[in-house]
Amino acid sequence: MPVLWLILIVIAISAVGFVSGRSRAMQSAGGEIRNLHSLPNFYGANVALKAAIPAFGLLVLWLLAQPLFVNSQVSGMIPDTAIKDGSSRSLVMAEVRRTAAGLDAAVAQGQMTEQVARNANADIAEITQGLKDAGQVVTSEITQPILNAAQSYRSMNAKGHWVMSIVLVLLALAGAVVSWRQTRSDYRARNVVEKGVSVLLLAAASIAVLTTVGIVLSLVFNTWEFFKLYPASEFFFGLTWSPSFSGRGGSSALGILPLLWGTFYISLVALLVAVPIGLFAAIYLSEYASPRVRAVAKPLLEILAGIPTIVYGLFALLTVGPLLLSVFGDDGLGWMKAGTAVMTAGLVMGVMLIPFVSSLSDDIINAVPQAMRDGSYGLGATQSETIRQVVLPAALPGIVGAILLAASRAIGETMIVVLGAGAAARLSLNPFEAMTTVTAKIVSQLTGDADFASPEALVAFALGMTLFILTLGLNVFALYIVRKYREQYE
Amino acid sequence: MTDASMQNAEPGRHSVSLMATDEHTRKRARAEKRFRAYGIVAIATGLFFLVVLFTSILKEGIPAFTRTVVSVDFTLTEQQREESEGVLLKTKAYSDLFITALKSKLDERGLNTEVDEVAIERLLGKVGGTIRTFYTQNPDKIGEQIEFDLAASSRVDGYFKGRVSRDTIQDSRFLQKSDLELVDALEEAGIIKQAFNWPFITGADSGVDNPGGAGIGASVIGSFFMMLVVLGLSLPIGVAASIYLEEFAPRNRFTDLIEVNISNLAAVPSIVFGILGLAVFIQFMHLPQSAPLVGGLVLTLMTLPTIIISTRASLKAVPPSIRDAALGVGASKMQAVFHHVLPLAAPGILTGTIIGLAQALGETAPLLLIGMVGFVARGYPDGFLAGFTEPNSAMPAQIYTWAARADAGFYEKAWGGIIILLMFLLTMNIIAIILRRRFERRW
Amino acid sequence: MNDMSRVEKQVDTKDIKLDCRDCQVYYGDTHAIKDVSVDIEDKTVTAFIGPSGCGKSTFLRCLNRMNDTIDIARVEGSFKLDGEDIYDKRVDPVQLRAKVGMVFQKPNPFPKSIYDNVAYGPRIHGLAKNKAELDEIVEKSLRRGAIWDEVKDRLDAPGTGLSGGQQQRLCIARAVATEPEVLLMDEPCSALDPIATAQVEELIDELRSRYSVVIVTHSMQQAARVSQKTAFFYLGNLVEFGETGQIFTNPEDPRTESYITGRIG
Repeated sequence: MPVLWLILIVIAISAVGFVSGRSRAMQSAGGEIRNLHSLPNFYGANVALKAAIPAFGLLVLWLLAQPLFVNSQVSGMIPDTAIKDGSSRSLVMAEVRRTAAGLDAAVAQGQMTEQVARNANADIAEITQGLKDAGQVVTSEITQPILNAAQSYRSMNAKGHWVMSIVLVLLALAGAVVSWRQTRSDYRARNVVEKGVSVLLLAAASIAVLTTVGIVLSLVFNTWEFFKLYPASEFFFGLTWSPSFSGRGGSSALGILPLLWGTFYISLVALLVAVPIGLFAAIYLSEYASPRVRAVAKPLLEILAGIPTIVYGLFALLTVGPLLLSVFGDDGLGWMKAGTAVMTAGLVMGVMLIPFVSSLSDDIINAVPQAMRDGSYGLGATQSETIRQVVLPAALPGIVGAILLAASRAIGETMIVVLGAGAAARLSLNPFEAMTTVTAKIVSQLTGDADFASPEALVAFALGMTLFILTLGLNVFALYIVRKYREQYE
Repeated sequence: MTDASMQNAEPGRHSVSLMATDEHTRKRARAEKRFRAYGIVAIATGLFFLVVLFTSILKEGIPAFTRTVVSVDFTLTEQQREESEGVLLKTKAYSDLFITALKSKLDERGLNTEVDEVAIERLLGKVGGTIRTFYTQNPDKIGEQIEFDLAASSRVDGYFKGRVSRDTIQDSRFLQKSDLELVDALEEAGIIKQAFNWPFITGADSGVDNPGGAGIGASVIGSFFMMLVVLGLSLPIGVAASIYLEEFAPRNRFTDLIEVNISNLAAVPSIVFGILGLAVFIQFMHLPQSAPLVGGLVLTLMTLPTIIISTRASLKAVPPSIRDAALGVGASKMQAVFHHVLPLAAPGILTGTIIGLAQALGETAPLLLIGMVGFVARGYPDGFLAGFTEPNSAMPAQIYTWAARADAGFYEKAWGGIIILLMFLLTMNIIAIILRRRFERRW
Repeated sequence: MNDMSRVEKQVDTKDIKLDCRDCQVYYGDTHAIKDVSVDIEDKTVTAFIGPSGCGKSTFLRCLNRMNDTIDIARVEGSFKLDGEDIYDKRVDPVQLRAKVGMVFQKPNPFPKSIYDNVAYGPRIHGLAKNKAELDEIVEKSLRRGAIWDEVKDRLDAPGTGLSGGQQQRLCIARAVATEPEVLLMDEPCSALDPIATAQVEELIDELRSRYSVVIVTHSMQQAARVSQKTAFFYLGNLVEFGETGQIFTNPEDPRTESYITGRIG
């Protein structure tokens, strides 16, 4: 992995820079620390930072920019005639990239020589065979333009890597040398280093913003691609979800409504389980329980929140599903056909959400001032009257916020529904039927064999976009309510 | 301020004794009891679910840690070896030798059961090949008595664990009803027995038709490399971001933007991070699919908000007087933070980081999208660097893969995998609790 | 302190409403109230004075068993309301508190409308048979709380929207709505400005005609203005108890004198 070596080289340069910068500072001060403006380590750090930071910054930018540049160059090389009907330039480019990756792997395994891989006039059959021998996936026939494009893709990438390596090392060296020459006893090294560190800190904090930007861009861009292939109105208002499995579009119906219905139905069942249990548990723990009961019961309930969702998924699939089936299935009441159903997923998701609801409500109930309770007790109200008529109304906005947060959790939950809810998208009211959700379909559309450029795969991004907006809206609203509520009692 | 109504003497005053409870009060007391009972029922229900969950994990998962082995003392003489190597069907010759040894063992105990090669193959797979490979690799063992522990096929294993019974079994190429007679005889002879399933813990995943051979070891390594990436990136970035926000950030729009982003990212569904990973790291940056590096990057972005939130809380807990003291002796703001505040906040930061890592370790959904599920982790990576970039699975992804397979034999493995995953999580949480107990400082 | 009996002799004998003997209160290991004995008379304002932390509020909270809500508090001694022990096992504190109402230091209206605040007590105790009766109780109580004229046009407005003095009078109206026989007031004016304080003090004086009022206060002037009897607490002990006029003009105990002349507290 050449990038790793590059990183190590830059680190080595800056390490050497640190040592030499430090000793040059000491030298210029005549070996007397008091003659220096800053501590000697700051002079070393100054050199090290100036060697490493620009180099690493460039490395990141280069790694981001090179694929874009190479892609657009290579894509420009493909003649229009090479793009078949029903295909698109991006599909052909995916083919080119796959071929290039295959060539790389084949060469790395020694199944193919570098000469053959580079030879623009190489026999296509020979190349295809070589790729197959190397265990590479060759989906369709490689054509001459694709092969040539793949070859130039490879060579441009290789060239790019070389240029990058050289530029990077030179930049690191230059940074080190320039800052080394600056090092004199009156150089304000501490101020410079601290400025640099604070820029690094700011950069680290900005990653949160970058992540959001990354999420939004990847969703928006791919959703846009999807809507170019599939009408948005049919996506938002379509009542059927039946993607074709060929992965080439055409006969697919990709309406989101059945998925949204499944999502809401399962979340509703989950909230019907989690909210009463969680809320009453919180009330009991904060108002009634003795400190000892609280010290035991609260952490025990919170264990439920620390269990990974895959465990709940398996629990739904293998324990709760069969259990419900034995009661409501053909042997029992006959309402249920299979273990995977809205009820199964909803019930298990509810269990998962109990500690979430209870610990949030607990905080909120505790925030209600004691004076309010005293006022009620002073009038001769019982504890339950106080809770129901004074504490809960006072805590209501906060509790609503907590429930909304739980709802957003339920909507975004993936593993439980993937394993417990079933795969069939349908609009039905029977909670014992299998239904599917937005998240489950994102998984199935992106883990199948469908091409990334096909509407069947791209629809997952549109689903993700819907999910993101939905949960974001709920969260922002819920956090707003909770914050308003807290301010009221501060 | 006086008014007429105050002069009204109301009836009933002084008449009711405190000791007498009227019907209304009794009704209220009953309502109080009822309400209290709701609370107890709610907590009991929650704890009941917890118990059911753990019982089913243990009940279903513990069998994954035992396996059924056929253990036979076997001696191969030089002469037998030469004879076997001389014939055309070499493995069959070895297999015959093995069956002879087995038969004599059964005869010794006075058990008379038909043993034929096809049945043995259904029970143990290709025995001859296994034996031949062993002696080719260890020629010095020829002539010595060796105890072979051969793994029984998954159906036989299921027979011992109650998954397969005489009533439910259907004759197939995997196991026939008649084979169970042989199995019973072998059990009576003490040849077939239960042993601890080391291959499950150390091994790699098997193909879809061999649940018995599947192990979780390779995916533990995959998870380990992912956690290295997460730790290596999220700790420094998280701490740096928290220091900036808590100590240096000016109050301006950009700081507000960062704050809003962090609190929202903490609530974004994990699957969306998977989409981000797929689009940015794999589609855009062309990093390798199924690689722990990519998984680690995605989980880093997901864990960052958690770590930032807990780190900020620990930084906030350090009283301002410490900062003032450092500034007062002429330290720069940066020195005050790095020399005094950060070391004091370190235990809290570490605790938060471990809890963040534990969350990341159990996360599955984003891994599905970056290809960690389609991949069958058949072996260990070839070295430290390859550990990051070679396709691998991860514990939760491996569990999902097993759960999604058609053969019910894999379910046991999935539950067993969960026990191992939960043990890792338990260990991490205990470390976090110990850290908190030992180093937590109250100001 | 030792000669309590002598002090009590000077209390002239109106109807004794609340008779407290040898009361002890412990907070965990802390002995917060030591051997306190007081007689609270009917239709009288009794003031508890003393420096912060002397136990006067704690003692007040014993009188309607509000200390029950604090887990670590333990109360001993005899408290008799009209001759009945209020700490008897058969007594439901809920019924007791309907008879012995309480007003707190900080105005604490519920986050409900003004009407619902006052109607809360009558509703939970089932004092009104129908809406008309409830309306009547609410109006009567608000009039007794001397706040009716200020709020009669906005009974549906939230109680939290009133000014501090209005809120406290609302809380008093809320307390009298359940027809208590004793009204306990825990520093009812400490969160109020002088004008609101004057209004509340005037109100307390009016309430005396119907209720036995016990008021804890920090302000000696207030105790002198509103009360007929005064009890001085110091470090958990009842130092002196007697006619207000006598306590302030001619205290028997040197500690009382030091306190009212401002040398301790």
